Amino acid sequence: MNVQPDISEQGQDYFEIAGKRYQSRLIIGTGKYKDFEQNAAALVASGAEILTVAVRRVNVTDPNQPMLVDFIDPKKYTYLPNTAGCFTADDAVRTLRLAREAGGWELVKLEVLGDKKTLYPNMLETLSAARKLLHEGFQVMVYCNDDPIMAKELEDMGCCAIMPLAAPIGSGLGIQNPVNIRLIVEQTEVPVIVDAGVGTASDAAIAMELGCDGVLMNTAIAEAKDPEKMARAMKLAVEAGRLAYLAGRMAKKRYADPSSPLAGLI
Amino acid sequence: MEVTINGERHGIDGPVSVHGLLRQLGLDARKIAVEHNLEIVPRSTYRDIAVKDGDRLEIVHFVGGG
Repeated sequence: MNVQPDISEQGQDYFEIAGKRYQSRLIIGTGKYKDFEQNAAALVASGAEILTVAVRRVNVTDPNQPMLVDFIDPKKYTYLPNTAGCFTADDAVRTLRLAREAGGWELVKLEVLGDKKTLYPNMLETLSAARKLLHEGFQVMVYCNDDPIMAKELEDMGCCAIMPLAAPIGSGLGIQNPVNIRLIVEQTEVPVIVDAGVGTASDAAIAMELGCDGVLMNTAIAEAKDPEKMARAMKLAVEAGRLAYLAGRMAKKRYADPSSPLAGLI
Repeated sequence: MEVTINGERHGIDGPVSVHGLLRQLGLDARKIAVEHNLEIVPRSTYRDIAVKDGDRLEIVHFVGGG
């Protein structure tokens, strides 16, 4: 978001999505963890207040299987239902209508995929789904490619957060196109959140230094050898990147510039 | 009667409401959402919506995902 940083009267930096304020700028996924306990521990270590969840069929033959809501309290954390696995606008809209009924809230993450190998978004279907969802009163955070033109379309339509990918979902390749991410940040007035592709803490810091409002990640934490430790690393990286952005980095120079005074040399 | 739940045929005791069906299945209505013949069933209407022979239902919940 290319506006003056959100510093409240108390001098505190906060993050606002769809009218709600958050302290943490890190959003984490809940997939791929060994078990719910590990997931809950990583969540605490990450400091995240928003977490993405998927919507899937219940196991009708074994209704007593543990459920995510038994381990992570939806009253304490903001559950952000996603449409992962949807390849058409219709499937995505249908999924989120169910999510709204299951959860009772309007804030959702829209992603409509276009290709199984790259999990790249299908932007035509994404635009169509976003239009329908906004019409039905959803607050739409939208996963998109890093094309500033598409990002602008989605923002003008009324999406409450623009979430370009850094690299393919689950790849851990880091920010592949900082120029485009920066362009999107500069032109966008709603929060910009890098969604997908972060691999390690420095990637998250780079996203925040580019001026992104937040970072969304799943695999980077869940598939780390020690997810809880990586969750804490990501928390610190997002905070460090945000502070560096607010501090304003020094100008890059072509040659050396001594740090000690030249006057008084013996 | 027979209904399709999450893509599979199930024999259930009917006539029954959505509320009654969830009870038969042993599911906690607070943790799920139901789609009945492609229409979302608002939780407040579970007792009013009748499930009939041949109906198609989707029953979903939140699971881990990114």
